[in-house]
Amino acid sequence: MSLRGRAAIVGIGEVPTRRIHEGRTMIGLCAEAAHMAIKDAGLRKEDINGLVTDGTTPPPGLAEYLGIQPNFATGVTMQGASGATATMVATAAINGGICNTVLVVMGNARSDRPDPGKGPSAPSVRSEWEEPYGMAPGANTGYGLIYKRHMHEYGTTEEQLAKMAADQRFNALENENAVFNGQPISKEDVLNSRYINEPIKLLESVMPCDGAAALIITTPERAKTLTNKPAYVLGVGLKQGEANIWQRERFTETPAVESVRRALEMSGYSPNDIEFAEFYDCYTILAAMCIEDAGLVKKGEIGPFYEATDTTYKGEFPINTDGGQLSGGQPGLAGGFRHVIEGARQIMGKAGPRQVPKNDLCLVNG
Amino acid sequence: MTSAYDKPLPIPSNETLTKPFWEATKRKELLIPRCNTCSKLFFYPRELCIKCGSKDLGWQKSSGLGKIYSYTRVRQAVHPSFQSENGHAYTIVQLSEGVKLPANIVGISPDDVKIDMDVIATFEDVTPEVTLVQFKPL
Repeated sequence: MSLRGRAAIVGIGEVPTRRIHEGRTMIGLCAEAAHMAIKDAGLRKEDINGLVTDGTTPPPGLAEYLGIQPNFATGVTMQGASGATATMVATAAINGGICNTVLVVMGNARSDRPDPGKGPSAPSVRSEWEEPYGMAPGANTGYGLIYKRHMHEYGTTEEQLAKMAADQRFNALENENAVFNGQPISKEDVLNSRYINEPIKLLESVMPCDGAAALIITTPERAKTLTNKPAYVLGVGLKQGEANIWQRERFTETPAVESVRRALEMSGYSPNDIEFAEFYDCYTILAAMCIEDAGLVKKGEIGPFYEATDTTYKGEFPINTDGGQLSGGQPGLAGGFRHVIEGARQIMGKAGPRQVPKNDLCLVNG
Repeated sequence: MTSAYDKPLPIPSNETLTKPFWEATKRKELLIPRCNTCSKLFFYPRELCIKCGSKDLGWQKSSGLGKIYSYTRVRQAVHPSFQSENGHAYTIVQLSEGVKLPANIVGISPDDVKIDMDVIATFEDVTPEVTLVQFKPL
């Protein structure tokens, strides 16, 4: 059995991403996004019979907070990939006959929980083998290692990837929900921003933010009864890679090789058919490698691709049309979810001034 | 008196498991976990073999020889003791035995660290109890 066309996103909601939402909690922001998505779908909260979160907001507490009692509820703890994975899980739950209308929701309020980047970490692989050698914040160290290796193997330059960050910022200028809305930057600004750990510069890495997002996904039959143009799920694919980057055999190859292959196979489409794309971008280098591994660009040629291609919403191949996480901000695990939300928004024709003209087929990589 | 070592010390998640490793570094030996069932070498140490799942594990003494697989020069360190104007090269070394491990490259400026550079393990007694594995150019 294939999940092709067996579920559709029919409503989306997004609490604007901001550096901080003063006086708000993670659960409160999630509930707000949930209500926005339910309203957008033209449904009532009583219609929701499935709930999937990113696990940092446990489903039992959120269901209680919202006053719903779904027949399916689970938390997906897949780090940055939680948003895409949660959407896949919801699709599968619907098609397993467990429920038919699922709320997928996740968010972040930084004042609500400790900053994971600070202080000594719990005993772990990281604390024993990595921290004694002086790490950069968050996931920077690993992606710096990857970036250097990609430059070494393929001749990729910092200037080429700076273009990616600049294109995405252009998109964010038409997204009022983006944390960097109203703050244009050039490729030179990216190149001149300070190194956190070489080759990663400040403007090539995500900023932790507050915010939340939600979507409603349901059966194709129910989608046809609703007013929004549905965004059908045509294929899904997942491949779990190593959690610690230095455990990878090759640093320059990502699990997207396999996850995208599986998703495209289910959909019946090839990389050449894709009209626009939303790619997980905690750092420029990760999106760059995943775009290669998805088959949209030949391996190792992401640099020349960005030099030659306008990837803004106005361009020949739009990527990260809402600004991505780099310019939209990273509200915890809802950062990765933004790619699913924006893909659906564009397909639904709800992207306003940044609407891409060709909006029938999107590849989302979470 | 030298000043006290103020950088993060290794915090094991399983002290029993990695005790032989940290005892060996004090003898200036680098040990790699090895499966006695299927002979697989791997790193970091695990309670079961990464390949076959066997719990019959031992240690193999490494040659200490390796190459720089990749590095990143950290300018903004999480731990203040690592903060320096010049930064430092956080490095992944691939040993000649095949496994990779994190380290710093000592004895040269971070300007001179390069991918594929041949390096050899060296041992840094950072406290009376702890000796870290580092690497220097061969």
